[in-house]
Amino acid sequence: MAFVENLTLFVLAAFVGYEIITKIPATLHTPLISGANAISGITLIGSVLVAGSGSTTLATVLGFVAVVMATINVVGGYLVSHFMLRRFGRRRED
Amino acid sequence: MAGLLGGLPDAVLSVAYLVAATLFILGLREMTHPRTAMRGNLISAAGMLLAVGITVLWFEILSPLVLFAALLVGAAIGTWLATSVETTQMPQLVGLFNGFGGGASALVAGAELIDLFGAGGAAKVAAYDVTGAAAVAGVVGAVTFTGSLVAAGKLHGYVEAPIRYPGEQTVKAGVLLVCVAVAAVLVGRPAGVAGALTADWVPAYWGLLVAASVLGVLLVVPIGGADMPVVIALLNSLSGLAAATTGFVLDNSVLIIAGTLVGASGMILTTIMCRAMNRSLRNVLVGGLGDTRAGDVADIYEGNIMSTSPEEVAMLLETARRVVIVPGYGMAVGQAQHAVAELAAMLGEAGVEVAFGIHPVAGRMPGHMNVLLAEADVPYEQMEELEAVNPTFADTDVVIVTGANDVVNPTALSDEPSPIQGMPILRVWEADVVVINKRSLSHGYAGIPNPLFTYDNTYMLFGDARESMQALANEYKATR
Repeated sequence: MAFVENLTLFVLAAFVGYEIITKIPATLHTPLISGANAISGITLIGSVLVAGSGSTTLATVLGFVAVVMATINVVGGYLVSHFMLRRFGRRRED
Repeated sequence: MAGLLGGLPDAVLSVAYLVAATLFILGLREMTHPRTAMRGNLISAAGMLLAVGITVLWFEILSPLVLFAALLVGAAIGTWLATSVETTQMPQLVGLFNGFGGGASALVAGAELIDLFGAGGAAKVAAYDVTGAAAVAGVVGAVTFTGSLVAAGKLHGYVEAPIRYPGEQTVKAGVLLVCVAVAAVLVGRPAGVAGALTADWVPAYWGLLVAASVLGVLLVVPIGGADMPVVIALLNSLSGLAAATTGFVLDNSVLIIAGTLVGASGMILTTIMCRAMNRSLRNVLVGGLGDTRAGDVADIYEGNIMSTSPEEVAMLLETARRVVIVPGYGMAVGQAQHAVAELAAMLGEAGVEVAFGIHPVAGRMPGHMNVLLAEADVPYEQMEELEAVNPTFADTDVVIVTGANDVVNPTALSDEPSPIQGMPILRVWEADVVVINKRSLSHGYAGIPNPLFTYDNTYMLFGDARESMQALANEYKATR
């Protein structure tokens, strides 16, 4: 029963996510959103499979578009987060 | 089918996905403190690299050229957007990225359906959980995609005002019903229509995407600017859920775990934003504001407003021991963060205790003010949340409110019904002196007057946020 196993993962991950995210301070909410955003680009894995192994032209075209979109999401999300967090991490040198 | 690593036992792939999922969780955990957050982001990115890398190497890639071209194009666009967009445009960029993730999920679920249906014929494919998950992934992904595009457009200023029309709720409910009906056909494949709608390219699924895309637009179009933090957080959550449901379609563990983490994260932020406005999510989505706007507004200000000048405020600051600065969206619009930061730094050097009182919904996305201030080199220790800063106002000499209005409106505390009734606000008037920097006496987003402007200890510093704050910083510098 793959479905039930997957559902188990889903429920457990939801609890883990809840426990961690509630501890993140408000000051980091924007980098959190863009970092989480990048994580949701994990759908890139699915896009890669579809683009790389699509048996029909339609599937390949869909896969191509999906990979482009997901990669923008992943690369852009992590970079934006990185740029923002770089400002938070350092301390003022007086 | 096998790729470069495909000869290895399946468990290797599963373990790699497990490690990637663990890295995502560890990365998020490091985000619980500003000092370790950057490392957390890198850990999370490493997890992504691992997950994508092993996938590319594991499976047989029939068209490597297509795949690598797509990866390159995506990476180039993502890098270009991330490096060329200014901090002030961050909300729309974040919204845009959200949308791409959701859109990709919807497409992947569709392509997988095509594979399934094409390979086995409609009768053979089956499992309701797969088609059901695909339907959910499609709807959520498409709503996220178009909703995010509209949200990003609004944040960018293409469509500023909320667009309302008669019968709005009925239209939205109708489109939602269409989505449900098409999804039911896709999942149930009733005899009669099944043949046509579930052919090889699965027309029912693409019909579903069209309907859901329309729904995404309809949902976000009526929502006004100041409610955007809720929308951005919600779309963030949806993009995660789209990835997670796509994981159900593909039977892929790391998609489910990572997507769910994001879904939970966005949901928590959505809840925090709603609570910070004392409104329900339903109220925000249905567009609850706008019906209770007051008519005769300027009356309460008549003869009760004291205005001041940068010179006078600089003199006040000279003797102050604790100063709290309350920024709002006006600071972002006016790009006043550098002037504000300069002033705060000078105050700090003079031994004045400086804090920034930041309301959760100040700005256009969660944490918007913090990012702007951090960019201007304000140390995060000075950024205080509502609950932390409120008790300190009584011991504060001067509060400078710049570009904020509704979040310091005492009307929220009164029993009279108002759009902001019960909303947690910053009780700035408990300080000795409140200086409010605003261009005019115009209303905030809630559309109601702010009695704080008439208080005896309130002085209005009229003017553009950046010009006023810069003038104030210059005056303060001159007095020292």
